[in-house]
Parts: sequence; structure tokens; C-alpha cells
Amino acid sequence: MRPVAAILRKDLVVELRTKESVPSMAIFAVTTFVIFHFGLDRDRLEGELAAGVLWVTLLFAAILGINRLFVAEREQGGFDGILMAPIERTSLLIAKAGALFSYLLALELIALPIFALFFLSDGFWEALPRLLVVAILADFGLAVMGALLASIAVHTRARDLLLPLLLLPLTVPVMIAAASATKPLLSIPMETSGVGKWLAVLALYDLIFGLLAYAVFDFLMED
Amino acid sequence: MLATALALVFFYAPNDADQGFVQKIFYVHVPLAIVALIGFVVAGLLGAMHLRTRDDRWDYRSYVAIHMSVIFGVGVLITGAIWAKAAWGKWWVWDEPTLVSFLIVFLLYVTYYPLRYSIEDPQRRARYASVFAITAGAFVPVNFIAVRLAENLVHPRVLNQTAGDMPGEMRLTFLIALAGMALLYVTLVKLELTSKHARGQLRRLRRLLEEEGSSSGAAPPPIVTVPAKPE
Repeated sequence: MRPVAAILRKDLVVELRTKESVPSMAIFAVTTFVIFHFGLDRDRLEGELAAGVLWVTLLFAAILGINRLFVAEREQGGFDGILMAPIERTSLLIAKAGALFSYLLALELIALPIFALFFLSDGFWEALPRLLVVAILADFGLAVMGALLASIAVHTRARDLLLPLLLLPLTVPVMIAAASATKPLLSIPMETSGVGKWLAVLALYDLIFGLLAYAVFDFLMED
Repeated sequence: MLATALALVFFYAPNDADQGFVQKIFYVHVPLAIVALIGFVVAGLLGAMHLRTRDDRWDYRSYVAIHMSVIFGVGVLITGAIWAKAAWGKWWVWDEPTLVSFLIVFLLYVTYYPLRYSIEDPQRRARYASVFAITAGAFVPVNFIAVRLAENLVHPRVLNQTAGDMPGEMRLTFLIALAGMALLYVTLVKLELTSKHARGQLRRLRRLLEEEGSSSGAAPPPIVTVPAKPE
């Protein structure tokens, strides 16, 4: 566990000092909200439209952060250091997924209130606790998948191009479940029925792909 | 086998009361889809075999299985669209979980090619392709469950008990068509593997010839044809 904590702390310190990923993701998300406002020509959103706009924006913003996830490792020899160190390789995956998870949470803490300010009439505070549960489960799945696919894409020639191509289809279940769980929460009046089923789907996805990523990651890190 | 199936489709199986003749595309579309999906999952297992044994042949098998399944997938989407046009009046409908899941799976596997071709080191390529095959193979059932939950059931579930009202002749024809399609898939995979193997051998021989020709400086030796080993 100590190597995981060390790599994670390194990533978070680097992010805090350079402010490379999270601010860009947040700016991107806010700009996308504005784009949606003009694209849909709507001032207020509710129900499924609100859930869709929110989650599509968060997913695309997540791609920005995922693309940057292994760049420092590749450019400055971090991979060699980790391969030479006497630690398990999967600790890199866990640390990177942890870093991505905290970026996504930070992104949501910024983007959710702005989304509410822009698009929601009321009921945001009421929905917030449940919305955070949805976000945490969805972020976990995105973080695991993102860390796994970023470590695949970083070794290919067309890496920034390949990552969204791989990530988008694989995260469709996360999008379905997150958007469907958010839809009743952002409806007016708020409903809570049916949210539990989608939380279970999200948790199942997290479990399956978390275990899978843990099992295959070793093979990505040899040589 | 496939010819038998086709003959049965045209002469034996009764026309669907509701949809008439067009319903016969069902005997092509559904077996294609089932075989393609099984091919994707099998490719994941082959990828796991590669990671376990480090034998490049497993990676080639996994690659060819995905390749064939993608080609079958194109067939599924096209025949499905024709059937949808005939049965529902639209080329594409979004409220069909099976259609949407298949499209997502297809889009995912299409990215296998850019992934594979953008890694130069052959060993790394084989390993990464296998990891992709495993991840995507596990994704196929998860995706179908998730999309199914999201939509209503409209797509005909032909083989389960509640909707198992297919008359005997239809069921027989369908099963034979399914077996025929599976055999076609296996044959094509075998053929592609043989051709890949032969091409690899040819390239190796040609390189040998070139080296010999440049080192001796004499006239190039006559080209010998080597019969490719099957498989």
C-alpha cells in the first residue's frame, strides 16, 4: 500500500503545484455548458435533458484529464523508475486511478454548482446528496477505465486520438446508468424511485472492470 | 451446410403471417449476430491464452477472430437495417436494446485496428491487443445488460420460453442456419490464419533470398515455391 500512497501523493502534489489538469477540465466543462445553452437554445433544463447535458459534459472533460494522466511518466522516465523499483506494478494503476478519481471529484465540486446556477430552477440542494453518490460511483468506473486505457494509449503512436475512441464505447454503460440515475433526481418535483437500480448497475460495472483492470494491468507494464 | 440452410429458408420454412417474405432475412441476420458476438468473446479468451503462454499464435488467432467478427458485424448491421425497414418502417430505431448494444460493441471493436496498427514493437502489440481483447470481451455481456435495462423489450426474443412460439419448421431452419453460419465463421478464420501464416513464411523466404543475392553478388537463385502448411 505504501508505493500506492507515494505515487498518489506525488501526482496530487504535482497537480497542486502545476495546476495542469483540473482547472482545464473545469474551464472546459463550463464552456461546454454554455455551448449546450446555445446548441439546445434552452435557459432551464430538467429531467433527462439535464442529466444528459451534465454527464456528457463531465465525460468529455474527464477525457482531457485522462489524456494527461501518464504524460509525465512517459516524457520524464517515470515508467522506467517504477519498473526498476521493487514494487508491484499494479500499484501504479491504483495510484493513477486514485489520482484521476480525485481530479473528477474536484471537477464535479466546481462544475455541479455552476451547472445548477446555469440550468436548474430549484431543488439542487435537495438532490445534491444523492447526486454525489451517483457521481462517486460513476467516477470510480471512469477512473479505473481511464487509468487502464490511458496506460494502453500512452504507448501507441496516435495516443490522444486513440484514447477517446477506446474510452467512449467502454463507458457507455456508465453513461446510461449515471444519466438514468440522475434523471429522476433533477426532475421537477424530485423523484427517488428507480435510482437504486442504477446505483447497483454502476457498482456492478465498477466491480467487474476494477477486478479486470487489476488482473490485466501487469501485462501492460513489462519491458 | 449453408446451402442446405438456404434451401430450407426458401422452400421449407413457412412465411411469417405478419411480415411475409421479408421475415426470411431473420435466418441470416440472427445467426450472423450470434456468431459475431460469440466470436468477440472467444477472441477475449484467446487473448488470455496469449498472455498466459506468450505464444504469438494465440494473438494471431485472437486478431483473426476479432477481424472476422467485425466483418460479420457489418453484415449484421446491414441485414438488420433492411429488416428494420421492412418490419418497422425505419432503417434505424433507438428503442431497441439489441440494436443499440450491438452498435456500441461494433464501434468498440472497430478501434481494435487503430490500436493494433499504432504499436510498432511486435511483442508489445501482441500483449496490448490481448489486453484489449479481454477487456472488450468482458464488456460485451455487461453492455448488453446495461442497454437492456435502459430500454423496453421490443426486440423479439426468439429462443426463450415465453416467446418460444416459433413453429417447429422455423426453429429447425433457424438452428441449421445458425450451425451453418458458425461453420462459415470457423472456416473463414482458419483460411485467414493459413493465409497469414503463408504470407509470413513468404516474407521470411524473400528476405533470405535477398540476403543471399546481395552477399554472393551472383544471379538471384530461382524462386522455389513452398507449399504453405495448413494452419
